[in-house]
Amino acid sequence: MFEALSDKLRKVLKDLRGQGRLTEAHIEAAMREIRIALLEADVNFKVVKSFIDRVKEKALGQEVIGSLSPAQQVVKAVHDEMVEMLGGTSTQLLFTRRTPNVVMIVGLQGSGKTTTTGKLAKLLAETQNRRPLLVSVDVYRPAAREQLSIIAKAIGQPALQAPQLNDPLELCREAVRECQLTGYDTLLIDTAGRLHVDEELMHELQQIKQETQPVEVLFIADSMTGQDAVRSAQEFHDQVGLTGVILTKMDGDTRGGAALSIKEVTGQPIKFIGVGEKYDALEQFYPDRIAQRILGMGDVLTLIEKVQAEVDEEKALELQKKLAQNQFTLEDFRDQLKQVKKLGSLGKLIDMLPSGLFGGLRITPEQSAEMEDKLKLTEAVINSMTLQERSNHAILNASRRKRVARGSGTSVAEVNKVIGEYEDMRKMMRMMTSGGLGGMMGGGGLGSGGRRKATKRRKKKKKR
Amino acid sequence: MPFWKRKKEDEFISLGLNRAATVEEQVIAQKPDEPEAGFFDKFKAAVTATRENIAERLDSVIGSRRKIDADVLDELEEALIGADIGVQTSLEIIDKARLQVRRNQLGDVDELKRLIKSELQAILDSTASHRKHGTVASETEVPLRIKPYVIMVVGVNGVGKTTTIGKLAHRIKSEGNEVLICAADTFRAAANDQLAIWADRSGVHLIQQRQGTDPSAVLFDSIKSAKSRNADVLIVDTAGRLHTKTNLMNELEKMRRIASREVESAPHEVLLVMDAVTGQNGLEQARQFAKSVPVTGLVLTKLDGTAKGGIVVAIAKELGIPIRYVGIGEQMTDLVEFSTEAYINGLFD
Repeated sequence: MFEALSDKLRKVLKDLRGQGRLTEAHIEAAMREIRIALLEADVNFKVVKSFIDRVKEKALGQEVIGSLSPAQQVVKAVHDEMVEMLGGTSTQLLFTRRTPNVVMIVGLQGSGKTTTTGKLAKLLAETQNRRPLLVSVDVYRPAAREQLSIIAKAIGQPALQAPQLNDPLELCREAVRECQLTGYDTLLIDTAGRLHVDEELMHELQQIKQETQPVEVLFIADSMTGQDAVRSAQEFHDQVGLTGVILTKMDGDTRGGAALSIKEVTGQPIKFIGVGEKYDALEQFYPDRIAQRILGMGDVLTLIEKVQAEVDEEKALELQKKLAQNQFTLEDFRDQLKQVKKLGSLGKLIDMLPSGLFGGLRITPEQSAEMEDKLKLTEAVINSMTLQERSNHAILNASRRKRVARGSGTSVAEVNKVIGEYEDMRKMMRMMTSGGLGGMMGGGGLGSGGRRKATKRRKKKKKR
Repeated sequence: MPFWKRKKEDEFISLGLNRAATVEEQVIAQKPDEPEAGFFDKFKAAVTATRENIAERLDSVIGSRRKIDADVLDELEEALIGADIGVQTSLEIIDKARLQVRRNQLGDVDELKRLIKSELQAILDSTASHRKHGTVASETEVPLRIKPYVIMVVGVNGVGKTTTIGKLAHRIKSEGNEVLICAADTFRAAANDQLAIWADRSGVHLIQQRQGTDPSAVLFDSIKSAKSRNADVLIVDTAGRLHTKTNLMNELEKMRRIASREVESAPHEVLLVMDAVTGQNGLEQARQFAKSVPVTGLVLTKLDGTAKGGIVVAIAKELGIPIRYVGIGEQMTDLVEFSTEAYINGLFD
């Protein structure tokens, strides 16, 4: 979609190599590109201005580090400044010993307050051992309270049921009372969405804040917001006083420049980001990752962490053992595919990598969907086999293959293909393990013997 | 001029086949094409509900100067970008202005303003010629024998689809048309309840099924129902979806297929709803949605906030998708047809 900033800068600064220091010329040339990149990422133009001034000042006269080109050096300066501005470190919610700790959720209409309230409750309950109670005080939007109740049910957390109450303040009081009676230690208040020009509703928020004395007032911001992000955040901060920000809909392809704008005008940390429609799709905010995203540099760290979290280490070890004994069955093959699937959409995974890594290769959503479909099909085929067949594929004769095809809704040709792929993989793995280096899951490189064999094999294929 | 122009004119005109039209019929036929009462005021009030518009910002730099210099152009560039019109489009407009200044074709600031306005106007008007083959620009282009007229409403999460549908249904219904709503947002919690309340307010029938049902199935039912009721218009609500989710976009494509199979040339309109606060990502949204369904127009919502929705200019320029309706408030009647003139004047005055 966007040409990565680093590529653009490389072009601009191409002629300026071989100098020991960043000169004015370097920086002036680069800043125009950076300005456009930031504006295209929806960073507010005023914020862009002050940001660029600061970067200029810092970058000027910096020594060029040996291994970096001037282009990389400028990007690094911009990146560092942005990380610093976005908060330096990630921030947790802070709770006191009071009962209940009140967390107020505020934001514009359609920013995702209700869904985020649910996600946050689930996160707090599961990772911080909190006992949350949810209450919606949105008495204006049709069915807003029903929506929160349904979400509460889905995440298995309680929501205050008080259909007889129609006043936001009354609802808050009742919720606090309920917490004190039953021992819920955290009260999440989902407030009504508003266009910030609405003074009456701003006043209502102030009253709720006064009444409940929240420990956190979290501003929910749509990451796709444009230049107006500054104004709405400012308004909410001035009128209500925010303690933190949650950015939603980060699973789209927005660059999320609004993050920078909001941080700049409110000075409050961004605490979480919403990354999907499922209720566990709320993640910690890491400034360096968002900085990379705004600058179009991929999101390598998130990816690495994801791989580490999702790939089950025990399973990996077991697999390694099996490989050593040459017992890699169809069932293991399926497990391995499942691990890949667990990481999420393949396109998304590859998007997280910097564009340089695959020589600018980009996977289109269609290609990614195709690959995922293939994974699904392979899984279905294997699922349709008996246990015996899975552990010994040699017994799969024509009639068995026909049955499997029928069972998985595929054709015999497709079943053959899956078995063929499995055999290829098995061969490849045997080669690797015979190379003496413990298999690919162990993370070691290819053994020298293995490499030689692998190339030989490739040559053979070409001849065919 | 009525809001919904696809009138059952045949009820009047067909009578006149064998005789002269009556006086009343002539009056109806000759009703001038005037915008509804208070339209411009309402529209303008919504667009100008901001503390700093482009004109004010310009005035503040210009002060007493009458000459256009680099500062004025820089400020104007920022004003355009600040309205979310987009970097590319803004730079192009400014470059054009810069060129004219250099040639001394622009005498004063008023002429500069006029230039910018006409540039914006040209972009927004150009959508007519860029229109994709097979899509309609307005409801009057579909022959009256085709019933129901199917409108699909799509967009990312939280832009105001359901509210827009509520308003749209109300307005069309209140002009004497039989309207049916299809609740195909079977994903979001309580989406049906919200829609039911809107439908109830305007007395429109709603076809719905359990949460989690295949939306195409709900659509199929709704079309059957619309046909048996002889409904004029069927409005289809869809679940909000980010344009990056391929499987959800495929789901939309399937709905389009079902609609076109059941009703000739349906869906006649596909409205992409966009929040006025949307930034540059809006362009990508429009691009991706248009790949799955033939988007015929945009609905710009929440224009009564402070954001100006300038991204629609970029979308008009890049993709040739016109803006059909504008949401300017929370009342049932606060959905009006888009007027290029009123919009641009709102940005400047």
